[in-house]
Amino acid sequence: MLKQRKALSVPYYLWIALFVIAPVFLLLYQSFQNIDGSFSLANIQTYFTSTVYLTMTLQSFLYAFVITVVALLISYPAAYFLTRAKNKQLWLLVLILPTWINILLKTYAFIGILSQTGAVNQFFEFIGLGTQPLLFTRLGFIIVATYIEIPFMLLPIFNAIDEIDDSMVFASRDLGANEWDTFRSVIFPMSMSGVRSGVQAVFIPSLSLFMLTRLIAGNRVVTLGTAIEQHFLVTQNWGMGSTMGIVLIIIMFVVMFLTGKRRKGGQRG
Amino acid sequence: MLTEEIIVSFQQVEKRFDDEKVLKNISFELEKGKFYTLLGPSGCGKSTILNLIAGFTLPSEGSIYLNGVEAKDTPPNKRKVNTVFQDYALFPHMNVLDNVAFGLKMKKMKKNVIKEKVMAALQLVRLDGFEEREVAEMSGGQRQRVAIARALVNEPDVLLLDEPLSALDLKLRTDMQYELRELQQRLGITFLFVTHDQEEALAMSDEIMVMKEGEIIQTGTPMDIYDEPINRYVADFIGESNIVEARMVEDYVVAFAGKQFACVDGGMNPNEKVDIVIRPEDLVLTDSEEGAIQVTVDSQLFRGVHYEIIGYDSEGNEWMVHSTRKTEPGKQVGLQFEPEDIHIMRLNETEEAFDERIEQFSTGFDSNEESEGVDVNA
Repeated sequence: MLKQRKALSVPYYLWIALFVIAPVFLLLYQSFQNIDGSFSLANIQTYFTSTVYLTMTLQSFLYAFVITVVALLISYPAAYFLTRAKNKQLWLLVLILPTWINILLKTYAFIGILSQTGAVNQFFEFIGLGTQPLLFTRLGFIIVATYIEIPFMLLPIFNAIDEIDDSMVFASRDLGANEWDTFRSVIFPMSMSGVRSGVQAVFIPSLSLFMLTRLIAGNRVVTLGTAIEQHFLVTQNWGMGSTMGIVLIIIMFVVMFLTGKRRKGGQRG
Repeated sequence: MLTEEIIVSFQQVEKRFDDEKVLKNISFELEKGKFYTLLGPSGCGKSTILNLIAGFTLPSEGSIYLNGVEAKDTPPNKRKVNTVFQDYALFPHMNVLDNVAFGLKMKKMKKNVIKEKVMAALQLVRLDGFEEREVAEMSGGQRQRVAIARALVNEPDVLLLDEPLSALDLKLRTDMQYELRELQQRLGITFLFVTHDQEEALAMSDEIMVMKEGEIIQTGTPMDIYDEPINRYVADFIGESNIVEARMVEDYVVAFAGKQFACVDGGMNPNEKVDIVIRPEDLVLTDSEEGAIQVTVDSQLFRGVHYEIIGYDSEGNEWMVHSTRKTEPGKQVGLQFEPEDIHIMRLNETEEAFDERIEQFSTGFDSNEESEGVDVNA
């Protein structure tokens, strides 16, 4: 029995070793190589001294932050009302459905919608605002990125709110809380786990979005993801690309740590 | 007695969910400082009554008065009613202190007042020293005490308890019965307790309301309901009983098991079909010829305090006897009982008619017993 069970776990460990641990070590190894292939700390030094790289990192961070916050502001109320809707599973499906469509297709669809002659600008024209530049702007980038990320924020929050037993709401009302107090003191704190998962699921991928930066933002937005792609595929500077990959991984861990579940009752010390 | 304050009053309340009538024409009044129990099987509508009082749902017909005021427009958070939920519904993201303080915080009380009241409430349920504990770290019994403290700290007019003991093991359940009863008498708050456990109901209540399919079948003190059940349903629900079909020959004479017996009831038509109840503990095991009826012992179970003996008479009626004396399966034995041990129930009698008839025909002996019962409870 035990041997069988051990045998069953072999594919898992193989997978982890080949596709998780090995690539990370490869990244680490390459980030310590200069362009000639000899060991050096030059990449790391360049990264942390060059204003280009640092502003780019900061920019990526800011965009990811804005995308996450906007997605959260839209998803939380949506998830909340969804849990109280009559056919909540159906409505959830409708909101999750776009994730089934290839991201490139969605992006090209947005190019059509946001372009000079697209549906949005036609509407602006109609209400007398005139044609506004949307495609190849930062705003356009944020709109499309947020749209793409919303399902990943919505789903964990919906699940967290949906899991809260009705008796919690009854107990709160019974103890004299009005609807707003009940939301503030019971529902919101109890759904924090969903918010944390949602933030993790949105913030980290948003740091390295690269296709959207070219197709929607017209290279006006350069994120870490874009830069990594450029280093690997265009300038062939794998060392620098790897260094940025490592930086992304570290940021990821920081985000996981910051949004991670704190010890219960931590707020009282 | 007439000046007793009425805290909750239901007047012809009906509740429908979709087309299903969950409550049919419910009327009752709860007086201040008494322990009431709603007793009935699951799905009989007893929890719906609690939800109506708490304000989580509104009646489809009729009115509910809290302290004499029609409660329709009062939301749950404005009612001076608190609930101990079946699953306790403690907030898992708060510790014991914050859970108990929740209601007071919502009332925007001063911090030091809250702290003082919470400590007093925890002391009341013997949980002092547990204020910093997380809910998840506590046992079922402790959680329940937190739930009671959380409700009581708000000083409600009525405390609603929705089967709060059902999740506890037998020993703890019995202990909590004493504690709840004692707490209620000390605080003088009206308790409305919901249960499907007749022992719980009998042990704790001043008054029991027996429910069936959305109706209150009988209301009375535990003694009344135990000794004078209105019909087969109540008799069966409240404790073990022998229910046998019988014929009322005339006032004070009833026929069953092929014989006629003296009894203390009357007011029926001659030869009316009735049901009679004799409690197993009222039957005395004798030698065959000394008994009022003869039965053949079918089985005998040792129950600790007594033997539970099942026997059949010549007409095939089943008789359950609780006896400290032992017998043997297959043996012929006699059963003896007193005229007042036979409780007669008319078929399909309303509670009003029943009460009226009991009033008229109950002897001095019966009313004495009732007042004794109240003394024991008080």
